Amino acid sequence: MGSFVQWLIESMFLWKALIIIVIFAITLAIAAYSTWGERKVAAYIQDRRGPNRAGWGGLLQPLADAGKMFFKEDFIPAQADKWLFILGPCLSMFTALMSSAVVPFGSSFIIGGKEVFVQAIEINIGILYVFGVVSLGVYGVMIGGWASNNKFSLLGAIRAASQNISYELAMGMSIIAILMMSGTLSVREIVLQQHGGNWNIFYQPLGFLIFTICAFAECNRTPFDLPECETELVGGYHTEYSSMKLGFYLFAEYINMFASSAVTACLFFGGYNYPGMDFVERQLISGFGANAGHNVATLIGIGSMFTKILFGIFFFMWVRWTVPRFRYDQLMNLGWKGLIPLAVGNLIITAVAILSGYKLVGIWVGLALMVILISIVWSLRPKKKNAIMGA
Amino acid sequence: MQNILNLPPIWYTFAILSVLTLFGALGTIMSKNPVHSVIYLIVTFFSISAHYILLNAQFLAAVNIIVYAGAIMVLFLFVIMFLNMKEEADEMKNNKLVTAAIVTALLLGGILIIFLRRAGKEKVDALGFNSQTGMVEILGQSLYGEYLLPFELISVLFLVAMAGAVMLAKREQGERHF
Repeated sequence: MGSFVQWLIESMFLWKALIIIVIFAITLAIAAYSTWGERKVAAYIQDRRGPNRAGWGGLLQPLADAGKMFFKEDFIPAQADKWLFILGPCLSMFTALMSSAVVPFGSSFIIGGKEVFVQAIEINIGILYVFGVVSLGVYGVMIGGWASNNKFSLLGAIRAASQNISYELAMGMSIIAILMMSGTLSVREIVLQQHGGNWNIFYQPLGFLIFTICAFAECNRTPFDLPECETELVGGYHTEYSSMKLGFYLFAEYINMFASSAVTACLFFGGYNYPGMDFVERQLISGFGANAGHNVATLIGIGSMFTKILFGIFFFMWVRWTVPRFRYDQLMNLGWKGLIPLAVGNLIITAVAILSGYKLVGIWVGLALMVILISIVWSLRPKKKNAIMGA
Repeated sequence: MQNILNLPPIWYTFAILSVLTLFGALGTIMSKNPVHSVIYLIVTFFSISAHYILLNAQFLAAVNIIVYAGAIMVLFLFVIMFLNMKEEADEMKNNKLVTAAIVTALLLGGILIIFLRRAGKEKVDALGFNSQTGMVEILGQSLYGEYLLPFELISVLFLVAMAGAVMLAKREQGERHF
């Protein structure tokens, strides 16, 4: 028994457990306050005040909402598949929470002579893990929608499935372009390679655009919230849900937003890197000593990471209250005929640029050539006689 | 009893995972509702992926989840939900199907027996074995080095299948709009 306690203290187990719990808590807190932020942003954009009754500036509104959710009647329809009906929201929440496990939120803390990464797990297939978890996210929606035994729910579930499968392809190909540049699947390695302002956004502008659009579609956010399109499908896949089960579905959406903002920040915006971080770390180390200085520098890095994440979440909300919803055939056309060919083109340009030895210049020249080529082909295309909406 | 208690933790993990895998596999073929079958099959895929991780084949585990659990099973579920099969299938009354099932089962059983016999003879040397074999780098190097031609041929095969699927699904002139 003594040796076990010794092992617990000496190994990273306790520190890892602590970091996982802290990340978990922060995820939930940010997701909860995103619901407040969403309403505030919506109110600002529509020239209203938003929630301002519960607490100062409506800050207690998420707690009031949670209380309301818990005390509502938890109703299960008579014809529903009971166990799957319960499993649906649980799966949604579970997969949403799993995705941030490989995201490095900061560099490392030096505690007692040991280096502890600010990351739940560091595996050499990090990106594949994120991709796998994202592709599982749709099960919660599908199972819940089917188990409700309601036509509207089923339609919502089927829309979610086809949307996710369609946009996963383009998303995967935009990630592959990043992988070709970095040569590693580990998220921490990708972040480290962007050190010193070499953010991937400068190398992969088109990849970033494709990735962002696909992230919106994978999170079921407007303009791609067809699965819960209330003008056509009542409430979509969660029509039959009430109480905290509905709360789980809505909450999972906000957690997904957090996770996808975190992944975007890591892949394209340098993660916890910020301009001048080496200078700051040197100053801190000369001021506080090697260990404390490094730890404080890491804290600032975590701050920069969370700034990027919060801006990403704000961007999600900004788009939601600006852009109207797509029509379903437009969604499918954009995914299959727009984004996937563009992603393939991006892959080819990236490959040529890497082989030519001039990465940055090559990619921008390649993209410019592609834009010229597409506009020439577009202007030469045969005109349809009865084209709908000039499509 | 003492022997069981002294086993290394990885044996317990293996035992639990195997029970889970068999539970999922049995559930797949024994549940009446096709949607339940698909969900059991997903459980099976997950536990097989966990087995891959136990074998230190992380890449295979991730790809198994992305491709099978994440894409193929979603399509399965999609199709089954659309069809909404309610009535009992009377496929087992069809003689041809039963014959085909028996032949396939015998062939699969034969392959399984051959592999089990070979696996008994060729034991892997635990000390000389490279634990990094299943990692992405080594797998990629052997796929794009030693096995480059088969790899490229398989991708051409996939491309042909994809083009064929698109051709089959394409709406021809005069066909009605859905």
